[in-house]
Amino acid sequence: MSDKKAEAEQPLIDGKGLRTDGRKLDELRPIHLEVGNLSRADGSAYIEHGRNKIVAAVYGPRELHPRHLAQSDRALLRVIYRMATFSVSDRKRPAPSRREHEISMVLRQALEPMLFLKMYPRAAIDVFIQVLEADGGSRCASATVAALALADAGIPMRGLVAGVAAGKIDGKIAVDLSDIEDKIGDADVPTVMAPERGEITLLQMDGKLTKKELATALQMAEEGIHQIHEMQKEVLLKKYAKIRDQIAEVSPELLEKVEEIKEEKPKEEEPKEEEPKPTRKRTKRTTPAKAEEKTKTTKKTKTPKKKKTESPKETE
Amino acid sequence: MIMKIVAEIDRERISTLLREGKRVDGRGFDEIRPTKLTQDVISKAEGSSEAWLGKSRVLAGVKIQVGRPFPDTPDEGVVITSAELFPIASPEFELGPPGEQAIELARVVDRGIRHSSAIQRSSLCIKSGEHVYLVMLDLYILADHGNLIDAASLAAIGALMNTKLPKVNVTEDGTAEVLEETFPLEMGPPPLTVTFAKIDGTLVADPTLEEENVMDGRISIAIDGDDTISSMQKSGGVPFTYQEVTDAIERASKIVKKMRKQLPQR
Repeated sequence: MSDKKAEAEQPLIDGKGLRTDGRKLDELRPIHLEVGNLSRADGSAYIEHGRNKIVAAVYGPRELHPRHLAQSDRALLRVIYRMATFSVSDRKRPAPSRREHEISMVLRQALEPMLFLKMYPRAAIDVFIQVLEADGGSRCASATVAALALADAGIPMRGLVAGVAAGKIDGKIAVDLSDIEDKIGDADVPTVMAPERGEITLLQMDGKLTKKELATALQMAEEGIHQIHEMQKEVLLKKYAKIRDQIAEVSPELLEKVEEIKEEKPKEEEPKEEEPKPTRKRTKRTTPAKAEEKTKTTKKTKTPKKKKTESPKETE
Repeated sequence: MIMKIVAEIDRERISTLLREGKRVDGRGFDEIRPTKLTQDVISKAEGSSEAWLGKSRVLAGVKIQVGRPFPDTPDEGVVITSAELFPIASPEFELGPPGEQAIELARVVDRGIRHSSAIQRSSLCIKSGEHVYLVMLDLYILADHGNLIDAASLAAIGALMNTKLPKVNVTEDGTAEVLEETFPLEMGPPPLTVTFAKIDGTLVADPTLEEENVMDGRISIAIDGDDTISSMQKSGGVPFTYQEVTDAIERASKIVKKMRKQLPQR
């Protein structure tokens, strides 16, 4: 509390090119991920990113209250980001601040493109993010953990998003700024991306950067996001491996059946993934030929998705 | 508001079992669910702990501020407790300013601590009438599986027992200067709270969510370190008899004796 002045004069990079916590410029802080940690939520996840500790809970798709907010053609995605009073050095007041409102909004917009909201007209998908301890880059870590919680809830997604900030400290571009680097550094660029799709879904910036520096920063952020994305996939896979082991214990026959279905599936899989509209779900299993026809029609009515439809975008 | 709907068959099952002397999860009437307390979980808080009571889970954090005492108690520090029922803990919790349930929860936990002899508020005085420590205790519910009052009380005690106060230097012109150095919050044996649900005239300790949904009323009793009572709360629209209240106090006292053995040592 009392040594803020001392902090401001402290160098952020030492003679060996290492940062205050001993990291290299392109090195992320330690990250720990968990899924399914909140017992009452439909989906949940927990992240420790440096000293950030954040939980996220997902409910839905569920009935929307109040009803007048319902959208007749899609689900309403609500994202709420809140900080615990004791998550920062000076106690935060319990009422939501302007900062929390804004971050809630940008996080909603960071997650929205990943969801098929039109699958659930009039419903609500709620994402609640609680920061238990904040340590710089909490909005990026929130995006990472919220995407995991959505996946844990079993909500179909185009892909995961992950976030990390890049920025400039002591004149050098670095990734994953810590609390102190964010506060006294020269620039901060929080970035959230869908790494599989190469899309940026959250981008903010404050500070001062040249165009070249910004490009470097974004590249570094992307590199970091790819690393985090690998961790996300790993923790989700672990969860499903666990479920598989549990099934194997109770009923090995069921698991065999699942494996059988999996082997039969490949031909049918594609059209099913292509456009998971509720109407499609109800239609009988289509023969591969018929299914292909359908995917063609859906392609015409936009909704870019899957690699085939994605490629024109990349060449743009 | 999300309305809770309880199937008649669940109500039947719970009360039939109670008449046979059994509970849905196989516990005895005075048997509380397993407790777990992890301290020092939030490094930016001056004190913190996470408490589990069965599957109910509460995180408590303490922030310390230096401020002015209330005019009527110039020699005493202040302990303020608040609770947040953020929707991560239950699909039934809704956003918005604290409602009845959150406020009752915070106030019951607060009274249990405030009126016990565990924290001498005079020990939180820095300079009479000028500077005192404000102990801000905040409770965040992570999972509601019933009996949040006892779970939150336990988390609160865990956080307070873990709290370190910064030393304060009062300069010549009377301003308070907060120093880096810390010392542990002075604390005696803490109060512990036991809640009973009244279902069809039977009192059972530490109700689960299932039992809470069908209960007619509830009574919470905080038992202090010296086996006296430091606060009580009866709630729900059903009356309690004098006999029921005195019985509940006796039973709570015995339960608390067992709970004390599991508390972390300081």
